[in-house]
Amino acid sequence: MRTFGTNEFLFIVYALQWTITLTAIAFVGGGVVGICLALLRISSRRLLRVITSGYMQFVQGLPLLILMFVCYYAPSLFGLEVSAIAAAAIALTINSSAFLGAIWESALRAIPKAQWESADALAMTPYKTLRFVIAPQAIRLALPSTVGFLVQVIKQTSIASIIGFVEITRAGQLVSNATFEPLKTFLAVAALYFALCFPLTQISLWLERRAARRGSRA
Amino acid sequence: MSVVVANNIRKSFGPLEVLKGVSLDVRGGEVVALIGRSGSGKSTFLRCLNGLETVDGGDISVAGHAMSRNPAALRKLRRDVGIVFQSYNLFPHLTAGENIMLAPVQVKGESKAAAREEALRCLTMVGLGDRFDTYPDMLSGGQQQRIAIARSLAMQPKVLLFDEVTSALDPELTGEVLAVIENLARQGMTMLLVTHEMGFARRVANRTIFMKDGIIHEEGPSAEFFANPKTPELAAFLRSEIG
Repeated sequence: MRTFGTNEFLFIVYALQWTITLTAIAFVGGGVVGICLALLRISSRRLLRVITSGYMQFVQGLPLLILMFVCYYAPSLFGLEVSAIAAAAIALTINSSAFLGAIWESALRAIPKAQWESADALAMTPYKTLRFVIAPQAIRLALPSTVGFLVQVIKQTSIASIIGFVEITRAGQLVSNATFEPLKTFLAVAALYFALCFPLTQISLWLERRAARRGSRA
Repeated sequence: MSVVVANNIRKSFGPLEVLKGVSLDVRGGEVVALIGRSGSGKSTFLRCLNGLETVDGGDISVAGHAMSRNPAALRKLRRDVGIVFQSYNLFPHLTAGENIMLAPVQVKGESKAAAREEALRCLTMVGLGDRFDTYPDMLSGGQQQRIAIARSLAMQPKVLLFDEVTSALDPELTGEVLAVIENLARQGMTMLLVTHEMGFARRVANRTIFMKDGIIHEEGPSAEFFANPKTPELAAFLRSEIG
């Protein structure tokens, strides 16, 4: 019987690249869709706002695990085979988009109406107002919670282990099954998650303190 | 020549009729003060003149542009109309200089270098030539308001609107802002100002308008207007304001 040694630990460390890859895909994909959602939420058209809000609330009310099952199994109904990483990436992207959209929407709404108004009065177009006046202020507001959410995404990738995608949690399960040393194994997995997340939470806290100190200045 | 023509302007907020047919004609180089109690409709009227409020009735023409709901036409009109707000509304993430340069570069398509030169000229005009790289939150209210004036000036407007621009300021800071406005009046800038500074209106405005309950209740050349109010309502208002 194998014991939990260096090789077993390295096997889990090797899977770290997949945790990071999945996080990156989910965060970038969710970010792109999230920006669109946030902008649709502040649109002047009511119908767009309502539809967007419906999507965001639906996704936010759905357990990620279920979303991942749906993304993994539903395509087979149409005779399509989806790899575990593709299903996990799609599910995490959908999930992140709804939460990032909500974070950024509230940041956009936190910018006083008077800022839009003075840009309007200077004959700026809505696009330029958003780009040069509103977005720079909203980004600063949203940065701490965005980095905080990145930490959530890292931890949520562990759910991809359920559909058999080998990131560090799944690697841990495999090692645990072979060694019968679940405690050692999953403590090692936990240490790796912590090593990824801790610097990010520190950055998030630092950004928050900086924002409080500087107000809305550059 | 008339720079601002407003004809029978009506405006309601829900069931509340704020403007009940206001007409005004402002000639080039004229300085007109709008006074009245809060709720009389003077600020709303001013905001109608650059389309920040839409009107329910009547027509407006400013600097030769007819008021329109079409966004592109409205932007054309706004290029020629500057407005300064009570709460300054500077862009807090930009320096004083960048605040002033933004619209000339992004709206008029001026080069950065030309806009910088113009911004510096406008800052000097309001007495803050040395504050180009300072962020708004490092400046006093009076200085912020003067930068807001410079920001409007940089667009080279044909008329400037002032919406109670000293109401948020301490008395000692009010003076420095009024001095800038008075200086602009001397240079022949066409201006409309909603104000509570009666002494300033009397001294600087060619004409003063008293608004009450959404209409122009009384108007006249400032000297005459303040010395001999014709209606008892204006007389009572002036007594309460001057004390």
